[in-house]
This record gives sequence, structure tokens and C-alpha cells, in this order.
Amino acid sequence: MATHTEQDILAGLGDIIDEIAGVPANEVTPDKNFVDDLDIDSLSMVEIAVAAQDKFGVEIPDDQLKDLKTVQDVINFIQK
Amino acid sequence: MNLSPAAGGARVVALGEYQPSNVVTNDDLAERVDTSDEWIRSRVGIRERRIAGPEETVVSMAVAAGGKALAAGGVSPDDIDLVIVATCTQTDQIPNAAASVAARLGIRAPGAFDVNAACAGFCYALGVASDAVRGGSARNVLVIGSEKLSEWVDWDDRSTCVIFADGAGAAVVSAADTPGIGPVVWGSSGERAEKIFLRENKYLYQDGQAVFRWTTTELADVALEALRRAGVAPTELTAFVPHQANLRIIEAIARKLGAPQAIIARDIVTAGNTSSASVPLALSRMVGRGELPSGSTVLTLGFGAGLTYAAQVLQIP
Repeated sequence: MATHTEQDILAGLGDIIDEIAGVPANEVTPDKNFVDDLDIDSLSMVEIAVAAQDKFGVEIPDDQLKDLKTVQDVINFIQK
Repeated sequence: MNLSPAAGGARVVALGEYQPSNVVTNDDLAERVDTSDEWIRSRVGIRERRIAGPEETVVSMAVAAGGKALAAGGVSPDDIDLVIVATCTQTDQIPNAAASVAARLGIRAPGAFDVNAACAGFCYALGVASDAVRGGSARNVLVIGSEKLSEWVDWDDRSTCVIFADGAGAAVVSAADTPGIGPVVWGSSGERAEKIFLRENKYLYQDGQAVFRWTTTELADVALEALRRAGVAPTELTAFVPHQANLRIIEAIARKLGAPQAIIARDIVTAGNTSSASVPLALSRMVGRGELPSGSTVLTLGFGAGLTYAAQVLQIP
């Protein structure tokens, strides 16, 4: 599996979140909490997880998705 | 051994629907549980739904919808030789709904059985009806989806009580020289049965995220396979009428079909999620509003607990 740098993943997530939730990519920074800061609901989180899987080749199952609260959490999960 | 003479094809020749008169708005629900109109609209797309009264049952709603379908098609009860009711919410499992529905409609001694494929039930029943006609087991079939989900909802659970509703829809399927119902594409995924089930044998429960992921990632392929098997291109579709589960699921699947011209059924906005009733209810209401002219080609897709799913193409009578 190809490895991705933190910067690559952040940029990719920014594009995905912009597309799915309409949050401008430049607002998607590692410290942001999906629910509290970006106003992203649980169904959009599933869409983001599916899109991230297509882009980075890393599956994020629902039971683990619930623990990913911030953008950094997702970056760490994809890099793991 | 002799076989029944087979028909060339089967068509839907009439549609009908019934909804309880009691309208429950999002604001009504917000008085009972911690929710809001904005939350419900953004998560599930529902503005209001119909909830049955104590005198309205799966059978009575099926009778009302079925009677309207017979009247709309000018079909005499005497001509119906098979009645199929798709339902998963009958409180009394014995006797079945179909025989009682037939008797109340004055249909004498038809074959009568219920189908439980949850929210996919109507599409399953329509496939069976089409095959029964084509195989010569019946000439005219009354197919009904009828559900009283309000009996199985925990009205203090804000994650489910905002979604489910009551109603019925019906179709008459008859033998025809040219087919108007395409091959059914159906299947199931019982290893994920725990994603939607009856909690405490009493209350509907679903794992919303898992159901959302399943429906939005796997079911467009089922719908596209139904189109392929029917020999219909996505660009030839007049409308896509999926189970009215959640507006975001409906729109996510629709985006993957390659049918930008197709009308997308959004009956859920005012009807809620009525399980197996949702597809025929939406079809009948869209025809009633003049959105689907006679001869329109429509793709249906049912999906729900089981997990079960089924899709087919049909032409509007």
C-alpha cells in the first residue's frame, strides 16, 4: 500500500470535506473537531470515510469511525 | 403432465394509495422528544408524516389502497385471482393479511399470501406477481404494500420516531402481450441482520451509519443491474422511485445512476418512511400529480431489514 504524507492526507481530506459538507478546504485543519468545529453530522462522516477509502485505500469501519473526532484523528488512522 | 398456459408478459395496469388523515409535523414531534424541524429535515429530509389512528390497521389501509387501484384500472374484483400483501408490521401474524384484504374487497377465493421482505417487500411482491402471471399461475394480481410502523416505534426514541410512518400503496398486475415489468434483481445479506431489528421484540432499531454506508455504497449497482437486465439505458428513465428511507440515501444512490434527466421520488418529505408501502405510495402519488405520464419508464429499488433488497423496471399504466 502506498504511504501518504500528513500534508497529502490533509489536502485530500480538505477536498473531500469541501465536496461532501461544503466546508471550505482551508478551514479543514488538523485540530478541528468534525462535530463542534465543522458542523459535520454522523451521516456525512460516513460519506467522508467512504471517499477517504477510495482516495487513500484505507478502510475506516463504522465502529472505528465513531472514535475519530478530529481531522488529526483521521490523518493518524490513515497513516497507521 | 400439463402446464398452465404462460403469458407473454405482465404489466402494471393500475395504481392506488391510502394515507391516514392524521398529519404529524416535525414541530409536533419536537414537543415530545429533543429534536427540531431543522435537525429532522437535514438528517432524513422529512417535513411531515401520516400516523394511523387506532381503527386504521395494516388490513384496512391495504383494503383502501387496493380498492382504489381496482377502481383506477376499471378492474372487477371477480377478475383478481391472486392477492399479495407485502408487510412487516402486522400485529397479528395469524391469519395473514392478504386473505382478509381479498374478502373485504369482494375478491372471491383468490390465492392470498403475505410477503415479509421488510422495506423491500413491495419490489419482491411485484417480482413474484409478474412471474406468477408469466408462468400462468394467475391472470390478474393485486399487489399491496401496507405498513403501520407507528405500532413498532418507541415514541421517546428521537433517532427512530422521526423517521417512520404509516400508509399503503397498491398495484394491479395483469397479463399482457408486451411486458411492462422487467426482471427483478433481488438479494439479501443476512450476515448483517443485526443492523435493523426489533429491539426488545417491540421497537424498531437501526444502526444508522451502517445502513447509510450499505445503501449508499452497494445499492446503486443493484439498481443498475435491474436496468441492464431490462435492456433500459439510464438515460431512458423517466423516474427513479426508490424506497423512501432517507432523502440523503435517495439522493446519494440517484447520483450514481447516470440518469440526470430522471425525476427522483422525494415522497418521503411529506409521507415519511413507510417501509414496503413507500414505493407504491410514491408511484401512485406521482401519477396522481401528473408527474408520470402513461408509458413512463420507472426504476424501483426496495431495501431494508434482513438485509434485503430488490429492484426492477416498470412502465406506468
